[in-house]
Amino acid sequence: MPDWPAELHRALNTHRVRQVGYVPDAGHARLIELCHADRGMIALPLTSEEEGIGLAAGAWLGGERAALLMQSSGVGNCANALTLAANCGFPLLMLVTMRGEAGERNPWQVPMGRATPEALRLAGVRTLRLKHAEETKATADAAVKLAFEEQSAVALLISQQLIGVKSFEEKQ
Amino acid sequence: MTLNRRKVVASLLERRGGLLVVAGLGAPAWDCTAAGDHPLTFPLWGAMGSAATIGLGLALAQPKRRVLVVTGDGEMLMGLGSLATIGVRRPGNLSIVVLDNERYGETGMQKTHTAYGVDLAAVARACGFAEAHIVRRSAEIAGVRARVYRGRGPVFYQIKVGAAPEPLVLPPRDGVVLRRRFREALLGSDATNF
Repeated sequence: MPDWPAELHRALNTHRVRQVGYVPDAGHARLIELCHADRGMIALPLTSEEEGIGLAAGAWLGGERAALLMQSSGVGNCANALTLAANCGFPLLMLVTMRGEAGERNPWQVPMGRATPEALRLAGVRTLRLKHAEETKATADAAVKLAFEEQSAVALLISQQLIGVKSFEEKQ
Repeated sequence: MTLNRRKVVASLLERRGGLLVVAGLGAPAWDCTAAGDHPLTFPLWGAMGSAATIGLGLALAQPKRRVLVVTGDGEMLMGLGSLATIGVRRPGNLSIVVLDNERYGETGMQKTHTAYGVDLAAVARACGFAEAHIVRRSAEIAGVRARVYRGRGPVFYQIKVGAAPEPLVLPPRDGVVLRRRFREALLGSDATNF
């Protein structure tokens, strides 16, 4: 299977994304490490996902590109902050790892996971899907271009089937 | 004798040079506009709680410019976690001034948490701001101004101001216009290069 987190990092790096705000998800763990290790990037933990919407708007005002990493449960935290993208036309790139899909073992992840695509659409954010590792390069490049060249709000939803399912068993 | 918010903001923004300003929604945005509408002020009409993080993204993108966030106590309370996020990176060019009237001024003057004694400056200090104080006297404003323009940040000032309403002085409402004019004024011809 292609190394999809490395491919996502390559897309961010190639397209000059410099500020990366994140609230961790196990599915994003490797991409977060890659962003921290990239000396051309500022990887910044956020206390809540909506901070990343403000961070990205400020970065753009200052002439830089930003991306925001989160899991689907964090999308609900962004709703009002997304006013910035809708009203001001700020470009926005969200990479969202999906929880609550097939195989999920924490039922509390299901409601927000189910609502995520529609919640983003209602807030004016276009969504793209990444289901298969082989499609990472093409899909990531498309998302970055939609965000920064067309200056729109875009969320790349990374399917749980690609990330895997959290087992809730002790690590051996 | 409480401080007058318009006078405080006018003192901070006169002869502003290359200062970049983010103004939180409501009265702080009107205060900044009353001091003179400016393309390098980004006033908010919504997205409550976002002023500090917008300032953070801007400060990280423009490390050679000074960035000032002027916001209200209610707006800052909604984005309290952003003080912790700023504390991770501690950009030296970022200042936050909270005009603290201890009220939600746009919604009927209900008391905010600061009216009950919540100390925002202490929160900022605990989050690692280089300097964070409550300011109550006009004699202190010159020092605040000096830190905003030249101090090693991030700095945070919770300035206690009177709750009497001031005349409305509104900035443009069109967010696209506000975004574009800011980038053009800051980045020049690069504003159209993505």
